[in-house]
Amino acid sequence: MSFFAKPVPTFAGHARGLSHRSFLRLCLLPLAVVAAAFFLLPMVKLVIVGASGETGLSAYAAIVTQPRYRATLINTVLLAAATTAASLAIATIAGLFLQRHRFPGRAVLVAMLTFPLAFPGVVVGFMIILLAGRQGLVGELTSRLIGEKLVFAYSIQGLFLGYLYFSIPRVILTIMAAIEKLDPALEEAARALGAGPWAVHRDVILPALVPAFVASGAIAFATAMGAFGTAFTLATNIDVLPMVIYTEFTLSANIAMAAALSVGLGLVAWAMLALSRSLTGGTIAAAG
Amino acid sequence: MSNSHGVSLRLEACAKSFPGGSRALDPVTLAVARGETVVILGPSGCGKTTLLRIIAGLEAPDAGGRVFFNDADVTKVPIEQRKVGMVFQSYALFPNMSVAENIGYGLKIRGIGKAQRAARVAELVKLTGIEGFEHRRITQLSGGQRQRVALARAVAVQPSVLLLDEPLTALDAALRERLRSELDRLLRTLGITTIYVTHDQAEAMALGDRIVVMRNGAIAQIGSPREIYFSPQSRFVAEFVGAANILEASIENGELKLPGGRIKLGNGAPAGAVTAMVRPEAIAIVPPERAALCGRVDAVSFVGDRARLIVTGAADRPLVLSVANSTDVKVGERVGLAIEPDAVRLLPGDRR
Amino acid sequence: MRDRVIFGGQLLFTALVAAFLIVPAILSMLAGITVNYFRGIGSGLTLQWVVAVWDLYAETIARSLLIAIATLAATLVVGVPAAYALNVRGGRFARTVEEVITLPLAIPGLAIALALLLTYNGFGDFRRSWLFILTGHVVFTLPFMVRAVMAVLSGIDVKTLDESAASLGAGPWRRFRDVIVPNARPGILAGALAVVTLSLGEFNLTWMLHTPLTKTLPVGLADSYASMRLEVASAYTLVFFLMIIPLLVAMQLLADRRGTLERS
Repeated sequence: MSFFAKPVPTFAGHARGLSHRSFLRLCLLPLAVVAAAFFLLPMVKLVIVGASGETGLSAYAAIVTQPRYRATLINTVLLAAATTAASLAIATIAGLFLQRHRFPGRAVLVAMLTFPLAFPGVVVGFMIILLAGRQGLVGELTSRLIGEKLVFAYSIQGLFLGYLYFSIPRVILTIMAAIEKLDPALEEAARALGAGPWAVHRDVILPALVPAFVASGAIAFATAMGAFGTAFTLATNIDVLPMVIYTEFTLSANIAMAAALSVGLGLVAWAMLALSRSLTGGTIAAAG
Repeated sequence: MSNSHGVSLRLEACAKSFPGGSRALDPVTLAVARGETVVILGPSGCGKTTLLRIIAGLEAPDAGGRVFFNDADVTKVPIEQRKVGMVFQSYALFPNMSVAENIGYGLKIRGIGKAQRAARVAELVKLTGIEGFEHRRITQLSGGQRQRVALARAVAVQPSVLLLDEPLTALDAALRERLRSELDRLLRTLGITTIYVTHDQAEAMALGDRIVVMRNGAIAQIGSPREIYFSPQSRFVAEFVGAANILEASIENGELKLPGGRIKLGNGAPAGAVTAMVRPEAIAIVPPERAALCGRVDAVSFVGDRARLIVTGAADRPLVLSVANSTDVKVGERVGLAIEPDAVRLLPGDRR
Repeated sequence: MRDRVIFGGQLLFTALVAAFLIVPAILSMLAGITVNYFRGIGSGLTLQWVVAVWDLYAETIARSLLIAIATLAATLVVGVPAAYALNVRGGRFARTVEEVITLPLAIPGLAIALALLLTYNGFGDFRRSWLFILTGHVVFTLPFMVRAVMAVLSGIDVKTLDESAASLGAGPWRRFRDVIVPNARPGILAGALAVVTLSLGEFNLTWMLHTPLTKTLPVGLADSYASMRLEVASAYTLVFFLMIIPLLVAMQLLADRRGTLERS
């Protein structure tokens, strides 16, 4: 940019007041201070503390070496992966339907599907309790229909539903935006060549949506990996990594382990997002 | 025509209005013979693309409109089953497939076997001159190469009608000229019934067996390139196809009376006020002393193969002349103008 | 006929998914104003639970609002000038900075909270005040403000505007105030709405950072889910919904208006 390479004549002669370059530096100063003091520094401290426990640096390997943590990691990854796959599939079906058809009430449906975007994890947990908890809707319906009350909010199914609950709105927004940008001429060309609806989806639409799948899938995966509030509210026996970190810190006062696990969790989430960005080559829509 | 392939087309009273009330097309009736190339020419918004899409089956005509392929009513047949070959303005090549896969896609849908497909793709690659590019991805191709792939893909399935929607508009001028002549050669080789949409009148004249000039959703004139050029039926067609000098004057005693003199017209010229048209190349420069029509040269532009003159004072507005590049006139010079009677075309009143 | 069956099937599927998301929310809003959830609507509507929530949690709600507004102020002061500077600078520097400030989105809130605790535990007064929670919120919401403003700036020719204002004699601060900020308004507005909404709903970070004296609304919600009766918890959730629904609607309207403007 010319402002930094060489001074533009209009600015060079500015004797009084701030030069443009200094002003820009001033603009970045608060950001630098805030980022350094409240993010970079703490992150470094976290990494150091993670290695300062009684097991030292090997605490970082514990996430795969110790059976308890390994099981938790696998649980968390599987849950996040299942959530991502399911929400992508659901969002694509619903998204294609909503973008391709205009009918009265469409705007309401879209609003309903994206409204939970702002719910914190705790509220999502509460939603699942209302749906499938001991006094939940599902329980009421099933006890009237089949005589047995179905309660699954506090099991892995409930947790999965909870994760699905906050993933679908995130994913569906990105997918719908991508569907809107699809070039209709490509589909028309395929149809002109004789392709029926299934072939058009298989050969033209879904391949064109792959970047959106990767981008939103990565966000969904990273969010699910780090989700805390939902598991906290549902108080399940299922161990997910964020809950383990929490208990290590607050109940077991095992600070170094908690720090090491946090760094591990952070790395996995960050790596996922970096991978998706390098595959799609673009900026991802911010979560929420 | 011995090399005629494809179907004959007939459109009956096909109109199109869009929800919201806008009328894109007034009822159009058109017949296209087997193997004929018809160019639909008009400014943007005239309804030419809508007409093409109705023929393709991408849009349905309003109630009462019907489309016939070889006398079979295909109005309700969707595009997937009409067997048309369509080239879109943006080419619409599939970015997830290679060049060969794009060209072979229509054949793949029809269940043609791999070996046969490969053979046909090779044939088309040769025909459109893109050997060596079969395995490239679409994003690696230039505009001209993409256009050829789009054409090859459309032709691969041996369609009954070839539909081209402004295929050269996305290219730069030099490339456009070159590809236009290639396209012409290709269309003559293939001999398929072709509908070609464009706003470029030079393309229309070069490629069309017949030209359909459209304006504001209706057909303004249908005819061969010569008919359209030499015998325009309205002021709009006269001005849209080629340059035109429009003269508004009155006829007395078989002569067109102009501020700068008179033009003798052919027999049977009506009396009274008329709108007439003369093409720039039909006006010759002669010595002013014996000329029936005179004017003053206002501007001279040397265009290369011709020279362009603006002459004022002869008619009610400046006349544009296209003369030989060796013509020696100077700005401000008084000149005589000679116009053959046949070169003056009387235009009926325009419906605006 | 086949088309209509497919349409119907897709509509049903979409409606079911929407129901899955909305029905519990509606249930919770109803439960918050029902006398007795188990006996259902028949037991009558009442505001007693909402009043109870107010008695119990008024201070918490007020604190959440305070933090949200403070977060907004902080992200405006820090983020808008930074977005401008990054937009002008461009290149790898801007991209790296953007990556760094977006990291808090990738790293789980829990981890960031832990990191903050470990670093500032020694600063007793700071750590125990609501300002500590503010820093967490700012770190988390800053990328939304910066990116929203940068998105708008990248769509306008900032360089030419800057240069023409400069040619008329305006210094850098004047130009920023009179030319850049007004033209960045849609981005600032979008960012502001996002920041406030996120701050009001932030839990993962806040739960770790809070003390009994610095609770926020989501923290209170977790409390009520664990220890209060369903009606109170639902009423509290209802209050939360009422606070964020207008924000979400405003964000949607803003996005729609920008979309229409871009299309015209």
